Amino acid sequence: MAHIELKGITKTFGTHTALKDLSFEIADGEFFVLLGETGAGKTTTLRLIAGLEKPTGGQIFIDGEDVADWGAAERDVALVLQQYSLYPRYTVRENLEFPLKSRIRRVEPVEIKERVARAARTLRIEHLLDRKTDRLSGGEMQRVSIGRAIVRKPRVFLMDEPLSALDAKLREALRTELKNLQMNLGATFLFVTHDQIEAMSMGDKIGVLNNGQLVQTGTPQEIYGNPVNTFVARAVGSPPMNLISGRLAGSEAIADEGYRLPFGTAFGTAVDGRPLTFGIRPEDLFLESGAPGEARVHDVENHGVEKIVTLRTGNHFLQATVPAQTDLEIEESVRFSWNPEKVVLFDGGSGMSLRHAG
Amino acid sequence: MAAVQTRSERALNLVAIAAVLVITLLFLAPIYWITSTAFKPRNLATTIPPTVIFEPEISPFVKLFTKRSQLRAAPEPEDYAAAPWWERLVFEGGEKVVRSGRGEVQLSGYPNRFMNSLIVAITSTVLAVGMGTFTAYGFSRFKMKGEADLLFFILSTRMLPPVVVAIPMFLMYRAVGLNDTHWGLIILYTAFNLSFSVWLMKGFIDEIPKEYEEAALVDGYTRLEAFFKIVLPEAATGIAATAVFCFITAWNEYAFALIMTNRRAQTAPPFIPSQVGSGLPDWTVIAAGTFLFLLPVAIFTFLLRNHLLRGMSFGAIRK
Repeated sequence: MAHIELKGITKTFGTHTALKDLSFEIADGEFFVLLGETGAGKTTTLRLIAGLEKPTGGQIFIDGEDVADWGAAERDVALVLQQYSLYPRYTVRENLEFPLKSRIRRVEPVEIKERVARAARTLRIEHLLDRKTDRLSGGEMQRVSIGRAIVRKPRVFLMDEPLSALDAKLREALRTELKNLQMNLGATFLFVTHDQIEAMSMGDKIGVLNNGQLVQTGTPQEIYGNPVNTFVARAVGSPPMNLISGRLAGSEAIADEGYRLPFGTAFGTAVDGRPLTFGIRPEDLFLESGAPGEARVHDVENHGVEKIVTLRTGNHFLQATVPAQTDLEIEESVRFSWNPEKVVLFDGGSGMSLRHAG
Repeated sequence: MAAVQTRSERALNLVAIAAVLVITLLFLAPIYWITSTAFKPRNLATTIPPTVIFEPEISPFVKLFTKRSQLRAAPEPEDYAAAPWWERLVFEGGEKVVRSGRGEVQLSGYPNRFMNSLIVAITSTVLAVGMGTFTAYGFSRFKMKGEADLLFFILSTRMLPPVVVAIPMFLMYRAVGLNDTHWGLIILYTAFNLSFSVWLMKGFIDEIPKEYEEAALVDGYTRLEAFFKIVLPEAATGIAATAVFCFITAWNEYAFALIMTNRRAQTAPPFIPSQVGSGLPDWTVIAAGTFLFLLPVAIFTFLLRNHLLRGMSFGAIRK
């Protein structure tokens, strides 16, 4: 297992800059999730670490060694992709054996057999071993694909949206399985996804990538509770954080739409009058008769354990989670407020969190 | 298609089947003609209207493979009695098989020409498809400067009717001693087929997801190993289709073979018509030669038919 470090990585394709000065570290045995939209540079990062692409600038270290001159084969990483991950024409067994039969590994036939059997047992694909890969379901394919990674005991597992092509139920099941697998193996994982639920539920650490730049790294709690800017605030959480533009006056927040909400004096008067964005998670926004904010119910989504209410204030929408037994009519007029301690303040212009700015 | 067909769809289907039948018959007619002539007695070969029902004979093939001379009179009865069955067939045609001083049967030029055709067509096909596959892989997987221009340049070698360069090629070949050699024709056909092979193979290799090879690279294999273990088996369909096209082109080539070869390395296409000119042509013998000439392509295509069905659609129905 290994420690991975990226230092000032830049990658350009022609005139397009895919990654800009990217630096982060993955500790040994850590489950690191790289979260970002399509085109943010997640896959490029993986391919750089795997040795399938060369960085335009910067260095990559595996266990402290600069791997610039190492080919993909020498880096001893395992790659699991979203699709096309299995060799066609081969059976499941042949797929699992393939990495072990490489000349640079020289694994004894007896050990190959044993390792394949162990991987198959771990992933519960023993009954599929002699099947051709084109006769597998999506979930089975991804299991085999993960199996091909674990037979090798690689230094690091690189996973490029391995669950994205699966249906929701299966995705959930494999998510848990993958996380358990990682903990049992004690392996270093770099997991790339655009799905913030995967990131939140699996990651020990999350790196949020936007337009080739790392916006924030931290534990899921840090990312969720204390986003560094409005981009991260919107990227993580479902439904995402509400962003209300307004300003502060004394101990009150005044939204641009006119309503006023209570606010502590934590920031003093330093930011009074300055354009700000208030970030508040839906669960910290509540409905209460007599509360200062006024809105109309635009939509109610029943999620069973709770309801997600979309409120309309003027031209803007806010989302709040309310207990499932709350009865609400569409277009009903309601009053709302927030938990002022949970409000994250962002600069109205740059969108940077004031808490992070100091 | 398990869908229920309407009456008009069924009618349309019948029309389509009829059209296919007519076209197939139209295409098969000349092949039937040459095949039936190859087995006809000489006097029935050129009857008008054509003879359809006849007793098939093997004598045209015996004549095709042997050197013969005209008999002025009927053969001596003891010669006839001593001759094996196939030699008697020649006697019955008013000819005799030419033998050397030691009594060995002299072969005609045909078997030799046929072998030349096989050697030249197979070797040039292997070379063109092999080099084409490697080149196409390079073009498909690696970025390089002027890639599009290079590909266009490769294709441009096909934009000229090849005969245009026949005279300069002939002079060059004579200067370096390549005329009337197997290698001379092999080089020529390989060069001619290569552009075609590169373009066709590039299309097929582009269809193979590069993720497969990248997985192999990460799994500890070199690029070359990944190419042989992963890409080549996936490209088999394309290789088969390309090989058939290249083989047919090399096998059928007439103009260059006529100009560049005359004896040692001459292939079957210029040889067969050359027999027409000598005296009163025996059409059955020429038909027998043509019939045999058709066989290799037919067999080769038949062997690769499973690949071709998918390959001819140029990857459109892969997956």
